[in-house]
Amino acid sequence: METLNYRNKAQQRAKGTRSQAIVGVVASGNLEVLVERILPDGECEVDIRTAAEGFGDVWQAVISDFVERRSPGGLKLSINDGGARPDTVALRLAQALSAVEGDRT
Amino acid sequence: MSTLALDNAQVERQPFVSTDSWYEASARQRVEGLLDANSFVEFLGPEAREMSPHLSLFNLPEQFDDGMVVGWGRIDGAPVLVAAQEGRFMGGAFGEVHGAKLTGLLRAARDIASVPVLILFDTGGVRLQEANAGELAIAEIMRALMEARFAGVPVVGLVGGRSGCYGGGGLIAGSCSALAVSEQGRISVSGPEVIETNRGVEEFDSKDRALVWRTMGGKHRRLIGGVDVFADDTIESFRDAARYLIELVPTLTLDTLEAEQARLAQRIRDFGACADALDVWRALGATEPESIPALSYEAFVALANRLQEPRHDAR
Repeated sequence: METLNYRNKAQQRAKGTRSQAIVGVVASGNLEVLVERILPDGECEVDIRTAAEGFGDVWQAVISDFVERRSPGGLKLSINDGGARPDTVALRLAQALSAVEGDRT
Repeated sequence: MSTLALDNAQVERQPFVSTDSWYEASARQRVEGLLDANSFVEFLGPEAREMSPHLSLFNLPEQFDDGMVVGWGRIDGAPVLVAAQEGRFMGGAFGEVHGAKLTGLLRAARDIASVPVLILFDTGGVRLQEANAGELAIAEIMRALMEARFAGVPVVGLVGGRSGCYGGGGLIAGSCSALAVSEQGRISVSGPEVIETNRGVEEFDSKDRALVWRTMGGKHRRLIGGVDVFADDTIESFRDAARYLIELVPTLTLDTLEAEQARLAQRIRDFGACADALDVWRALGATEPESIPALSYEAFVALANRLQEPRHDAR
């Protein structure tokens, strides 16, 4: 298992008023994302525990892209990962943001 | 407790995703679809991070809810306690925390003594990485379940998930007041691979999926009286089944247990010589038992009601 943590500056606060949401399950090639609205508006933190070790650069690229495109300000995302591919991670991050912003996924 | 309740009330849930299939839905989607809209309040939700103390020792990933969602909500306005297993996380297997959440829910049900319990099974049995804790959890759950039933609480099991209901899950299901199963649901104790490993492929060929389904699948369980309702693979059908069974369940007494014992003894007399489920169905009076696995939901329900009325007197 490997633990990773990334802190990014976000352009703006994530929409909506929901305090929390969870998407996905921990399984082979899948992951869960727990999103909590507990940070200052301009910050986004991502905590990762992953079964696939040595992919820190890929995680950093996927998360930087997510923060830049979606601006999830104020959110802490906690991830339990069962070895998901980057495209699945990107999908779950987008679903988590939609869920906490109040959209239907 | 009041702080916990407040925190939980503020928790926002994953929006209900548009799948109508019980089999395809996640534990959380099943709970959301089963209960009145927005009525579910979770106990010890993922934000509590109450995870397995064992999995990290094996370098295995954890899940924030340990694969068990527990809480309360309403069906047609009436309160129900609910537990749902996530069959995709470690095969829905029972570990220490996973089991303790269900034990706690059943003890609460016993103490309240007026609110029914729904258990949404989706499990391969005990989690091997925490086998001792998991086996103890099974025993604690069965005791708590019987105490709740003796206190007058209906405990209804719903089975239709991808992991079926095996191992200790099968024992807990057998302890429930009533069960509903879909065709996709399988109920047994030893699973197909376990039987083949221990007794040989001549005894049971686990790769023969038709054999697995006609031996452990929902249609067979309904026909031999192992379950009370055969549900379609939809969340709405399981909701109807839950609503029906909650109302139906009689109080558990010694007479109930003696009736169940007599029913099981009769089952051995009727079907003990059968080598295959097809022989059982023939003995029940089915004229074309080979056609049963392919029957539609409606056609099968009609056939099952003709061959055998649901048995409500026992269990």
